[in-house]
This record gives sequence, structure tokens and C-alpha cells, in this order.
Amino acid sequence: MPNTYTLIASSTAGAGGTTAFDFTSIPGTYTDLLLKWSARQDLSAVAASDFIYINGLQSSYSGRWVEGNGPTQPSSYSYTGNFTYANAEGNGANTTASTFANAEIYIPNYTVSSNKSMLSESVMENVSTNAYIVLGVNLWSNTSAITRVTISTSATNVTGGAQKFVQYSTAYLYGIKNS
Amino acid sequence: MTRPTRIEINCTTGVETVIELTDAEIAQMEADAIAETARRAEEDAAAEALAALKASAKAKLIAGQPLTAEEADTLVI
Repeated sequence: MPNTYTLIASSTAGAGGTTAFDFTSIPGTYTDLLLKWSARQDLSAVAASDFIYINGLQSSYSGRWVEGNGPTQPSSYSYTGNFTYANAEGNGANTTASTFANAEIYIPNYTVSSNKSMLSESVMENVSTNAYIVLGVNLWSNTSAITRVTISTSATNVTGGAQKFVQYSTAYLYGIKNS
Repeated sequence: MTRPTRIEINCTTGVETVIELTDAEIAQMEADAIAETARRAEEDAAAEALAALKASAKAKLIAGQPLTAEEADTLVI
């Protein structure tokens, strides 16, 4: 990482897995935030979406993402809703064993009193069959400073869904200063 | 059976806490799972229907046959 990047906090799921990584009380002393994670869910599917919530809220998200799955031409989609949908198309239980997806979301100017734009990207790992790559441009229409970012397995619940991030899934939150 | 947990990381203190989900959260999780399965099925069905329309439109174009309005919509941006 460049020397302007500071690791604020990190976490790794233990043996029982976790339904969410919830970074709270984020200090407002940086310019930008970068959340990176490596995760696999126990959902019985190839793709298992990871959902991002800001400040624990479930409203005012919108965006557009481009998604490729390997064999076919990439498609683009729009969303509005209660989460930053498909910011990450992650590894589900039906992907190659012990492989994890990688994803990140970059949030510039997270403390300013204006709506927040966010850039997201994710890459699944899956040998021999389809694996999704997603690039997203997202907007959180809220002028509050960001103090909490949550990665959840649920599209409707900040604290997570019926499936879990499996053991050794990890999340890292970096703060970036402009000098 | 072990209760599902979530991880909370306080970025100011550095304290990490593993929190068991409440009964209400677990009930919500089960409802979410059903809704998510339905959402994915809808998305998959829509994608398959669009692919079928495009394939049909392409075949008709090659054969010089007229397209339906739905098929034509798949070709017009």
C-alpha cells in the first residue's frame, strides 16, 4: 500500500464463520476510505453477493454496475434500493473448494456534507466454470459523515443473512490521507 | 446448535466483538433467505427469457422473417 494508506482495522472470521463484518466508530481523520475483503460464503450457489451498508442504514443507495461472467459479453445493470447491490459477486459454496473472492470499495471524501460516491469492484475465484467480475459505480444519497461500514451476507439485513462468510474470510479497512 | 454470529470492530478502540444474533435477527435471516432465493430465480428467468428472445430475433433476421415487437426491442438501443 502507498504510505498514505493506514490500516484502521481488520478482522478474520473464526471457525464458526460470521454473517457480517461491521466496522463501527470509524474516525473522521482521513480523506478517503478503502475497504478490501477476501470472502467466501456457505450459500449453495456459485455466486454469493456481498452487500454493503453505510452507517447501518438501508436506504438511499443507487448505482450501476458492469458484470462479466467469463463466457458471455458483459452486461450492465442499474439498481436503487436498500443496499449497494452486488458490489461484490462473491464466492459461494459451489465454487472450487477453498477459493475466496476478492473485492474492494473506495469511498472518497467520506466525511464531507454531501452525497457519497463509491467505486466498487470484485473478482470471484473459480476454476473451470463461470466466475463473475463486477465493476460498480455507486451513490449513497445521504450527506452524513460515514462512521460505519458493514459487509453483510443479506440484501435486507445489516447484521447478515441465513448464510455466513466462512472461516478465514477477512476484511481490511484503510484510511487514506491526501498528504 | 450454535447461534450464528457477526463480528463488530470498533475502529476507534480497536476492540473486536463477536456478537450472537438475536431470535428476531435469526427469524429475519430465514425470511431473507426465502426472498433472496426468489429474487435470484426472477433474475435468472429474466436473463434466460432475454437470451431466448435475442436468439429468436437473430434466427429470424438470418432467415429473412419478420420479428415480433418484443424481439425487435432486443435489437434497438
